[in-house]
This record gives sequence, C-alpha cells and structure tokens, in this order.
Amino acid sequence: MTRYIIQRLVYMIITMFLIATFTFFLMKFLPGTPLSAADKLSEEQQQVVLEKYGLDDPVPVQYFNYIFNLLQGDMGISFQFDNREVTTIIFERIGPSMTLGVQAMVIGTILGMLLGLVSAIYHNGFLDYGSTFIAVIGKSIPSFVFAGILQYFVGVKLGWFPVALWEGWEYTVLPTVALAIFPIAIAARFMRTEMLEVMGSDYITTARAKGVNKFGVVFKHGLRNALIPLITVLGPLAIGLMTGTLVIENIFAVPGIGEQFVKAINTNDFPIIMGTTLLIAFLFIFIVLIIDLLYGVIDPRIRLAEGE
Amino acid sequence: MKKTNWLLLVLALVLSMFLVACSGGDSTDEGSSDDGSTDTEQDSGSDSEGDSEAASGEQVLNLIDGAEIPTMDASLATDAVAFQWLGSTMDGLYRLGENAEPEPGIAKDHTVSDDALTWTFNLRDDAVWSNGDPVTANDFVYAWQRAVDPDTGSEYGPYMMGGVIKNATDIAAGDTPVEELGVKAVDDTTLEVTLEKPIPYFESLTTFGTFLPLNQAFVEEQGDQYALEADTLLSNGPFVMTEWSHGEGWTLEKNEDYWDAENVKLAGINVKVVKDTATGVNLYETGEIDRTGLSAEFVDQYRTSEDFRIEEEPVLFYLKMNQEANEILGNVNARKAIQHVIDRQSMVDVILNNGSIPAVGDIPANFVSHPESGEDFRELNGDLVTNDVDKAQELWTTAKEELGIDTAELNYLGGDTEVAKNLDAYIKDQLEKLEGLTVNVQSVPFQERLDRDTSMDYELQNSGWGPDYIDPNTFLNMWVTDGGNNKTGYANEDYDAMIEKANNELAQKPVERFELFLEAEKKLIQEDAVLAPLYQRAAAQLWKPHVKGVIVNPMGPDYNYKHAYIEGK
Repeated sequence: MTRYIIQRLVYMIITMFLIATFTFFLMKFLPGTPLSAADKLSEEQQQVVLEKYGLDDPVPVQYFNYIFNLLQGDMGISFQFDNREVTTIIFERIGPSMTLGVQAMVIGTILGMLLGLVSAIYHNGFLDYGSTFIAVIGKSIPSFVFAGILQYFVGVKLGWFPVALWEGWEYTVLPTVALAIFPIAIAARFMRTEMLEVMGSDYITTARAKGVNKFGVVFKHGLRNALIPLITVLGPLAIGLMTGTLVIENIFAVPGIGEQFVKAINTNDFPIIMGTTLLIAFLFIFIVLIIDLLYGVIDPRIRLAEGE
Repeated sequence: MKKTNWLLLVLALVLSMFLVACSGGDSTDEGSSDDGSTDTEQDSGSDSEGDSEAASGEQVLNLIDGAEIPTMDASLATDAVAFQWLGSTMDGLYRLGENAEPEPGIAKDHTVSDDALTWTFNLRDDAVWSNGDPVTANDFVYAWQRAVDPDTGSEYGPYMMGGVIKNATDIAAGDTPVEELGVKAVDDTTLEVTLEKPIPYFESLTTFGTFLPLNQAFVEEQGDQYALEADTLLSNGPFVMTEWSHGEGWTLEKNEDYWDAENVKLAGINVKVVKDTATGVNLYETGEIDRTGLSAEFVDQYRTSEDFRIEEEPVLFYLKMNQEANEILGNVNARKAIQHVIDRQSMVDVILNNGSIPAVGDIPANFVSHPESGEDFRELNGDLVTNDVDKAQELWTTAKEELGIDTAELNYLGGDTEVAKNLDAYIKDQLEKLEGLTVNVQSVPFQERLDRDTSMDYELQNSGWGPDYIDPNTFLNMWVTDGGNNKTGYANEDYDAMIEKANNELAQKPVERFELFLEAEKKLIQEDAVLAPLYQRAAAQLWKPHVKGVIVNPMGPDYNYKHAYIEGK
C-alpha cells in the first residue's frame, strides 16, 4: 500500500512537470504580448519593457528560467496586476471558488443521491418520475440561465438572498444553488441506474430472502456497490467546480479564480496562466489518486493487491 | 486493519485540505462585512451599510466597476480602472474639472516662458500626503523620473512623456541618465519643467495619471510592495483608500487632511467588482448601487426611465484601410467608395443601440472647440463622409476602371466579441453593396488584431482610438508617415508638413493652429480617404437621481468625484 502511494506520488511529479512544460510552450504561441498598452507604444518602447521582464529572451531560455524559479517555489509576478505575486493572487482567488465548489458538491451529491435512491426504490412510481424530471431539468438547463433566473426571482423579486457580491455567508447561497444543480442531476441519474442494477442482482435477492427489510438491503448492501461509478464521475466534476466557473462567478460577482484564469489567457499574463494551470492539474491528479484509494474502501473486490 | 488506517489518514488529510480552503474563504468574508444581509431588503433604498469597514451614512456613493484595479502605482498604470481610482485618491499639478478645464491641484498656478519651453509651477504649501509628509516639488521630480526610468518597466511613462519632457525619449531608451529629465525642484514649492518642444496642451497633460507625484521616501521604503495593498500606498487627493479586497472591491473614505477637504462633500465611496451587465442592473434595481452601465438589450427597457443617461465619449471607431496590402485599397476612389457606402445611422441605432453616434471625421464631436469662437471642431468641419450609395457606386466604378478589374475581394479583420461580430457582419453587408465586391470577415481576439496591425497583415480593419490629452493632435498625429500607430501605409508629405507646422511653428498660436488642424482633418478624411469613420462611442447608463456633482471627463479618469454629493435620497 505504502509502495503504491509512493509510486503514485512519483508519477504525479512527472505528470506535473510534463504539464508545466507543455503549457509553457503552448502559451508562447498565444498572439500578442503581455503589455497592456501595446496598441499605443512604438516597437522600441515595447522592447524596453519586454527586456525588463526577460520576455525578449529565446523561449527555451525563458522556460529554463521559469522551471528553475518554480523549483525554488517562486511562481513569479503577474503582468496584469503589476508586481503582485502569482501565489498571492491565486491564494486570494481560490478561496471563494473552493467555498462555492465544496458547498455545491456536498449539497449536490447528497440531494442527488437521495433523489436517485428514491427513484430506484419507488421504481416507475410517481416519485421516480418526479425525481427523474428534476434530474433532466438540472442536466439540460445551462447554468447561466438557471443562475440568471435565480438571481432575478429569488434575489430581486423575492429579496430572500443577496442578488450578488461577496460579503458573507448568505452571499454564497444563490451561487451555490446555481452550481449544485448540475451535480444533483448527475448524482441522481447515476444513483438511480446503479441502484436498479444492484438491486436486481442475486445477493440482494438472497438478503431479502433471508428476511432483511427493504431499507436495510438498500442501505447496507445496495448503496455501497452503487457508489463506485458515482465517485468516478463526481471526482473530476468536483475539481471543475472548486477551481472556479467563469459564468457563475461573473453573474454573482464572486471574486473567484475561474474568471481570473480566463482573463489571464486573454491578456497574456503568462505567470498567472502557469500558476493556475499547475494548481488545477495538481488538484486533478490528487483527486484521481484519492478516488483510486476510495475504490478499495468501498469495494473489497478491487482492493489493491500490491504490498500485501 | 493496517490498510484501513492508511486510508483514514489520507481521507482526513483531504478533508482538512478542503476545510482549510473553505475557512480561508470565510475569514475573508468576515473581514469585509458581517451583516451585509441588512442590504438585501428589496428597494428599501437601504443605506444601512451597517458594516464597520465600508463607508456608511448619507454621503456615500455605492458604485461598481467592471474589473479589479490592475495597479495603484501611478508609474505603471495603463487602463481606465487604474486611472479612475488614482485620480480619486491623488492630486496632480492640476485636476480635470467642469468642461474639461484644468482646476488647481497641487499647483496653484504656473508661468510659461516666452519660448514656451519652460513651465514654472507654483505649488501650494499646505498639501500633505496621508502619512503627514508635505507634498513638495521633489515628489513630482521623483515620480516623473521613475516613470521614464527603463528599470521601472512603465509603459505609459515613455508614451506620455516621450517627446514632451526634455530628454524623456533618450532616458526611456536607456541612453541618458534619469537625472537629465527636464524637470527640477527649484525649491519645495516651485517646480520647473523643461519641454522638448512647445506643447500647447501641456496643462491638460499634467492632470493625467502618469504625471501624479510620488512620495520618494515612502515608495522606496515599500520597495516591491509599493501600492499593492491599501496600506502600502499613500494618497494626497480627495479620498484615501482604506480597504482593498482584491477582485471583490475597495473602499475610499474622505481624506480629512486633503488641502481642499472643505469642498469634498462625500464621506466615502464603496466600489464592488461586477462584470456582468445583468447583475449590475439587478443590483441597481435593489438599490444597492447608484450607477450601472447598460448593454444594448437593456437600453430599450430603460430608455424612458428618468434614471437613464447617455454619456458621450470621445472614443472613435473607424475602418483602417491598408493601402499596401491590396491594390484596390491603394486607390483613393475605392477608399472613398467604402467611406460613402456605409449607413452609419442604422448601424448605431440598430446594431449598437447604446447612444453611440455616427462618426463623420477623425475628431470626435464635443472634444475640442475653437479657441476664439468656442465652436466645436466637429461643427466647424461638418460631415466629411456621408451615406450616399449612388455616389459610392460611381466612385467604385471609377476605381475599377482605373485598376482594370471587374470584381474585388477584401479581407476584413474584426473583433471576436458578440457586439463586434454583429457590427462586422453589418459592415460587410454594407460594403458588399459595391458591385463586384466580396468581403471576407475574420473575427480574431484583440491581441491577435494588435499583432496583425503592427505587422500590417490586414486589408480592412475595424479599429478604434481614445484620446490621451485634449487636443486634436492626439487623433491627427498618428497618421503621419511611418507613425507608430499609422500602419495603413499612408504617407503624404503635405499632411506630414501640416502636422509638423501645427506642433512647432504654430505651437504658440492657438487659433491658426486649430484652423490648420481643421484643414489637416479634411485632407486626411475627405481628400485622401485614409480611414472610413464608423461611430463615436457612448455609454448608456442608469444613475440614481440623488447622485449630484459628478464630473464626466473626456480623458484620464472617467469621472471626477471630488465635487460629488448625495441629495434627496
């Protein structure tokens, strides 16, 4: 087990390095310069500023400088926010995105699983159709439409929650709901399908025959087996939500990292692009590792053989 | 059992990571406000910003801005957001006031030498920085030297000062030491500026952000950290920045030590970053903010509201026609045909629908006026282009005959935003009214367009320009032969001579100079048809009627809030 984890960590470092390299060179293909007044400056004037930031060096030289600094924990300074450190900016911005992402995932997963369970237990009944309907709506309405509707009706018309901005817990309610709708739909759909399949298998029938009641079977024997595919899907989705979503952040004026990332690409803010990419890549690889480990906990059949 | 322990440990780690991340976010929230919930009541017009840190009370302006402040370092600022909040917290030599007339700032008055090269500013002795230091002439010397110093990496320093302040261009290129810059402190309250050549608009330049003073001791003490946070910057203007929550918003409070504090009525300004137009409108509807911008789809809904306002901006959009890239664009009659075939009125009414007006020259309306009669430049020169399809067809036929062609194909470089795409599709449709012309629109990101402008890799390009100072020169000077932003291949000795004459020989003769610019514009647009003007931008907005005294500036900071106040809320 220990060996397995160490092995995975080594792969993780190699993957991160490859991602850093690939992104760096791709990024240099972006048109334009990081200068914000490039349309006004003469070529000579631009050259002076580019020199100051080492951007006139050949790309391979810039790459080695970047990797060298990165290994020392220095991600550089942002171009669009002059002199502000990349790590500071990312740290400031990831907080709100994480808050929303985690809240949305927790609510979305729990509600979605409940809906899915209800559907499976009352298969083809009124409750099944009801929850399937909710899931279809959640999956098919684009989040910006849903967010806009929430903001207008719940925020402006009813006045129950703040319309937008980021000043306290109640400000997270609407964006969380808007974000949660998608995981609800996904979780409900998977849960329903898997539960129906599991509930039809022989060992469930055996358990029932031995006199375990309906709910006991569902929670003790069925749920656990239905979780595997769910976790596979929800892990990456969680990373997507926690690392920020441009649309929801813009609509609810959340100072998150999603919008920041897109803007960095549009303005050629190379250090921010690199920093954010590496962060997202890290979280992604990390969560995949966790999911692999979780499989073993949930299902003894796929417990990892190595080191035993 | 051993295995399970391992897994529990990993799980605990992951969970704690998320918790840390969450609590990190929450603590930031607490920092900015605890009881924002009182504001959510609909239309209560609640000014109950019961918040300990945000400015509160009657005389508070609640605003939104479309982006985070990129920098509060005057030497590094390049964009509207930065200049806006620098302008609100700092005073330069002068401040742009009503009708774009400079009003006293740190300078009380100035004298200009007979050759117009030496400007001596008399500074007030009662101006102080927010740390108590007096604002002296040396603060200007330091700031200006810093702006052109290549080590600073400033973009606007060399751009604004090059060719204006003596030696600025050479210093920015690293050829001359910064001490040689034509600015010196005669004593604490006397600043002497030596110009490269007479600059008739220098007074308005001194209101610009790049020319703001800096407290040398403080800036050097802060080093790399200068102006990165609210507590690492200094103010000498009407407001001080008391809180800056990056990406979320910032708070300004009245500067009680400001030399003119008695004329500042606002107690504070709260600004939140809101990028989405619909969100801005919703916040405005709930009474949380005092102003919001409107995009075209909201204009019809609010046009009749008494809060609705159109703010005309002196920003001009036009088609650049690359005379070197395509023989048809090298033909003056073809360029004239393009100028006259576009129906600009329908374009601004239907496509833009935000109060923008048709552009009929290279100088926007209500930007500069005749030094004696006070008549507007645009009024005086009139419509240099019209929408006359018959005339356009005639010119087009002539051009085709001259070139011996029947059909022509032009590539059109446009933006990739929704509005830009609609606009470009409209213009393509208009241009294709010219018989035998096919236009291929290519929509590219802004950065890509700049690259291709620099390398002149385009045929037609939808482009724009905003002024850097209040003078026709800011628009007309760029079209001289090989001008850094010309990039159309236009090279005309007569035109160059006119601009040269206006900036040298006539520099001290405002009337003749102005009249020469009138002539130059006619030559540029009417005679040589270098550009096809499209429209002059305007911003449709909603303003709460209780906000008074806000001055709208044509350049630099968009608004001057120094004299703003709240009445009848």
